[in-house]
Amino acid sequence: MASINQNAYSSALPNFRNLGILLRIIVVANVFAIAAAVVSVASWREFWNEVPETAALVQPLLIASLLVLMASNSLLQRVPYALGVALVLAAEAALAAVLHAAARPLLLFELGPMPRAVLLTVMASAVLLFYFDLRGRALSPALSEARLQALQARIRPHFLYNSINAVLSLIRQDPRRAETALEDLAALFRVLMADNRELTTLAHEVELCRQYLDIEQLRLGDRLQVEWHVDKMPAEALVPPLVLQPLLENAVYHGIEPQLTPGPIVVDIYTRRDQLHIRLRNPYERSGNHHGGNKMALANIRERLALHFDAEATLETRVRDNSYEVHIAMPWVRERVR
Amino acid sequence: MSGPLRVLIVDDEAPARNRMRDLLSDCAGSLDVTVVGEAGSGRAALAFLEENPADVVLLDIHMPEMDGLELAHHLRALNPAPAVIFTTAYDEYAIRAFEVHAVDYLLKPIRLARLQEALSRVRTARAIPPEAIDAARTRPRAFLSAQERGKVTLIPIEEVLYFRAELKYVTARTAEREFLLEESLTRLEQEYAERFVRVHRSCLVARAAIRGFERAPAEGGEGGWFVLLRHVDDRIPVSRRQQHVIRDVGREGG
Repeated sequence: MASINQNAYSSALPNFRNLGILLRIIVVANVFAIAAAVVSVASWREFWNEVPETAALVQPLLIASLLVLMASNSLLQRVPYALGVALVLAAEAALAAVLHAAARPLLLFELGPMPRAVLLTVMASAVLLFYFDLRGRALSPALSEARLQALQARIRPHFLYNSINAVLSLIRQDPRRAETALEDLAALFRVLMADNRELTTLAHEVELCRQYLDIEQLRLGDRLQVEWHVDKMPAEALVPPLVLQPLLENAVYHGIEPQLTPGPIVVDIYTRRDQLHIRLRNPYERSGNHHGGNKMALANIRERLALHFDAEATLETRVRDNSYEVHIAMPWVRERVR
Repeated sequence: MSGPLRVLIVDDEAPARNRMRDLLSDCAGSLDVTVVGEAGSGRAALAFLEENPADVVLLDIHMPEMDGLELAHHLRALNPAPAVIFTTAYDEYAIRAFEVHAVDYLLKPIRLARLQEALSRVRTARAIPPEAIDAARTRPRAFLSAQERGKVTLIPIEEVLYFRAELKYVTARTAEREFLLEESLTRLEQEYAERFVRVHRSCLVARAAIRGFERAPAEGGEGGWFVLLRHVDDRIPVSRRQQHVIRDVGREGG
């Protein structure tokens, strides 16, 4: 059986600086606190007293834990998984003990014994780590990766055949342009067929897009106009590969090809605070000729953004009068983690 | 018929037209073929063919504004109508529909041998039945065609205010004038269900052209409802049976 699973999953701690991960920790820890309160009381009235008392200990502990985890995130990512787990559990036990000792003189009510608090904290942390490991496995086993790769490679056959036809038309009249076109095509397919799990630089992605557009320009000539607003673009920022190219392909297919005199495609790339924004606008006619196909590229990009950035990346689409706009916001990643 | 086979190339992409020209010049050795022209759109193709007859049209399916399937439909109005060989980059729904009829279509990139074979059969092969071409269309036509004095006039569908059936003909009314069409009102109603609404047994009105409704007394007896239109003064009666249209249109219009 093992031979089937080629992309074996290796356990890793989650990225504690990711908003989605932090939210999950907060939710699960609070569910635990309430469960502990439910277990320890005999009646509902007691329960309403117990909840704020538990909270008085749990919330500070939670905040302190998150701060410690965020601060030590890069260290935790570097050490082996088992050591990382041990470090997290030890840190949680220590935090629980310190807070328990510090809180005792401040609180008006009687706290439970310290070992119980420490044990509960460690157990909750262990369950959370187990959950994150399970979640990691669920999101990245061979099956789902294979599916993503398959989706990635799904460039429209229509594009491939039309491009080959355009290159064939050039071979006799303009052999040099034919050569360049084939080189662009090869570069594009190299990326499409590659293992695209690692992030790539924005500069790379934009270069790829330009090669793609050069190929389309052969066929579409003046009909294809693209305005790039990328002077403020951080070229070294890291993005999922093929985050923009499929969107341009959509824009050409739905916005340019169905119209005799289409307007330009506009691409805006900029940063705002710690977010990288990519906006793409293309002409669009509601009663357009083409149908379908669009949703898949968007769903694929959305899925990959979620895989890389969880809740910190968003993809929104908007139809205005005669244009269609896609807006991606994702964390501005400056260096590779791990 | 004798003499060289006159070919018109229709494709919205210039490189594809160039490629086809190259291939046709390669054919010259074995087949008597001459390219009479090129067109980059369906409209240009029709305009060209009215002045310059052709025996065969090599016709790309994917084109903006008027696609190849719609152009094939309008080409039937020409006399004599040229044969059509479809070209496309991708084996799509339409092409699969034609396979049943064993007629030629060419997949891009096109091989010289396939092109020669298709051209050499053009004069003998059975044409694709018109119904098959119409059935393969996945969207309504962008234009209607009317024949006038031996010419084919294209009427953009968005300019039509209403259709009225009169005896054997259907007339289409635009802001400027009327056209006689060889169409059936029922087929028009099916094809443009979203755009037109039936207000009377013999009349389809463009939803976008409706300005309002008016109740007016008829000469002898009870009054009836009429549709008021933009751009023209014509008043179209709404039949009793279709009076629900007044409510429906009012609701959509907001």
